[in-house]
Amino acid sequence: MDKPKKETKITRRSVLRDGVRSFFVLSMGGASGYLVSRVQAEDYVWQIDPHKCISCGNCASHCVLEESASKCVQSYPMCGYCKLCTGFFNAAPSALDTGAENQLCPTGAIIRTFVEDPYFDYTIDESLCIGCAKCVKWCEAFGNASLYLQVRHDRCLNCNECSIALACPADAFVRVPKSKPYRLKIENKPE
Amino acid sequence: MNIMARIIPVLILLASLSGWAQDVQRFPPPDFESGYTFPMTQTPAPRGVVMSYVDIAVLFAALSLASYFSIHKRNRQGVFYLTIFSLLYFGFYREGCICAIGAIQNVTLALFDPNYSLPLAAVAFFLLPLFFTLFFGRVFCAGVCPLGAIQDLVLIKPMQVPRWLHQALGMLTYVYFGAAVLFAAMGSAFIICKYDPFVSFFRLTGSITVVTLGVCLLIIGMFIGRPYCLYLCPYSVLLKAFGQFSQWRVTVGPGGDCVQCDSCEDACPFNAITKPTPDDAPPPSEVDKKRLVLFSVLAPVVILVAAWAGSFSATPFSQMDYTVRLAERIALEDAGAVEGFIDASQSFRDSGQPAAPLFESARRIREQYVWGGWILGAFLGFVIALKLIWHSVQQTRIAYEADRSDCLACGRCYCSCPLERKRLKQLKSASFV
Ligand code: SF4
Ligand code: SF4
Ligand code: SF4
Ligand code: SF4
Ligand code: SF4
Repeated sequence: MDKPKKETKITRRSVLRDGVRSFFVLSMGGASGYLVSRVQAEDYVWQIDPHKCISCGNCASHCVLEESASKCVQSYPMCGYCKLCTGFFNAAPSALDTGAENQLCPTGAIIRTFVEDPYFDYTIDESLCIGCAKCVKWCEAFGNASLYLQVRHDRCLNCNECSIALACPADAFVRVPKSKPYRLKIENKPE
Repeated sequence: MNIMARIIPVLILLASLSGWAQDVQRFPPPDFESGYTFPMTQTPAPRGVVMSYVDIAVLFAALSLASYFSIHKRNRQGVFYLTIFSLLYFGFYREGCICAIGAIQNVTLALFDPNYSLPLAAVAFFLLPLFFTLFFGRVFCAGVCPLGAIQDLVLIKPMQVPRWLHQALGMLTYVYFGAAVLFAAMGSAFIICKYDPFVSFFRLTGSITVVTLGVCLLIIGMFIGRPYCLYLCPYSVLLKAFGQFSQWRVTVGPGGDCVQCDSCEDACPFNAITKPTPDDAPPPSEVDKKRLVLFSVLAPVVILVAAWAGSFSATPFSQMDYTVRLAERIALEDAGAVEGFIDASQSFRDSGQPAAPLFESARRIREQYVWGGWILGAFLGFVIALKLIWHSVQQTRIAYEADRSDCLACGRCYCSCPLERKRLKQLKSASFV
């Protein structure tokens, strides 16, 4: 006895069962047709609308990943390259140098590089950034708001429902098409 | 350098006085003389679209294999290896997302929100297991579902749950299902994702509540077969309904033969084996018939009462909705009942939107929750009524059988059956000839 055999006895119950099954198969066919028609050509992913984000800090603590997928990015053409960067230095730096006690970032994720007098370039080391938005807040308050948060898609799992989106008080999480997965403040120019 | 310490507070003061707006270029970007060019903002790409087709193909292959092992080959070992594979692929590699159970919500939301764009993977994960169930029974649960897999593998010392308790706890799945569909339809929350107890194992990270829930379930699951599957899983509501009409199914003995030794009843850790009706069972007595009539007449009453009771869920349930929560907070703040702002109310106020439309949409959502509560209640009442009627209809069974809707097609019962063991022995000796 290898083959599964169909229940051979024909009873009222089995006829009913066959009938209902056929009905289910047909209606499932219809349902699949409808649902597939609701699928759009493109998949969507989660992203932060930087103009809505209020730098609340929830990004750092609410991602399903231990180290949030939301991280700070720098919009270089917007940056003032300030010597006194309010996103980099805390409110009372003892010196304008890279001493850890002067930095605002809790993990030292911002790299400050001298460009030319009196300008400095500020770059985020994403392996260190935890997405706490401290620098974002202060850059926005006193600088050019060139630092902002974005969901980094090399890390994000694209959860069915993003748990930061649920916790975001500013409703800043949006779904964007996969082919255009970032909401940059200034679009990258095509090379 | 102390001068800096003085400059910054002044800046802060200035900023707060002038109320600078967002994205104002306070310091124009410099004209560099050293030939410095602006670096580009890096934009690492998301996982390729093509991978979701791979997932769907793997799902289809796994379902086919599960049907082959569990129904055609009657091979528990095959099911077991498939379980491990599914745990590794859908669990640890795909990190448990997207899954068939969660896809209920995507499908529901798509039905209620015309603007929602449904992911193809969600459609496939929702429909494929149901199609397979119509033909082969719950083979998805047997060896494909990663949530089932992780529980199946920790089950080391199964104990039987008393049948009445098993039945009563089983009602939870309907409540969970109904609530999840309601929240998804309202666009308020995906609670199945939020409280997925095992996803934190798959991702090896997660919130403390969910990890605790998962650990508890796994510990219980060492002794009680698949507690999430039996008493919580919302998808099982659909699988049970579809399984009831499946074309083929697990038969304990080969070809459904049975010597009534009752060893399979102990072998099944999921309470899925039904006893044969005794040969000398009396024909449906007058009392039974009366009970059936009574339950059928009572059914509309049960449904109505349950629906009415369900409408009371509106107040707590509407709290799941962001708009409702925000509106209530703003109202409290306006009334002076609470002090200060929270982030959400602050950002709402900063946006300068008037409160009236917010209150209006919150009121509308609350109203919809009242309707939703009635429907949810009626659905639960309907399930209760159906169960009562079902149990009062006498069925004649001539053998120990795997129940169509409760059997998870895991294949544990096969080898407990003496007829099956005989068949295997014959097969083996045949292959030596
Ligand atoms: S949770 Fe929202 S508001 Fe808070 S930092 Fe993240 S994106 Fe910004
Ligand atoms: S301050 Fe926070 S958001 Fe900014 S770079 Fe550091 S860790 Fe990232
Ligand atoms: S979708 Fe998931 S992984 Fe991505 S940011 Fe949101 S919670 Fe984190
Ligand atoms: S009952 Fe639910 S959780 Fe369990 S295996 Fe089936 S679908 Fe998965
Ligand atoms: S295959 Fe057998 S042991 Fe497994 S759930 Fe079904 S009846 Fe129980």
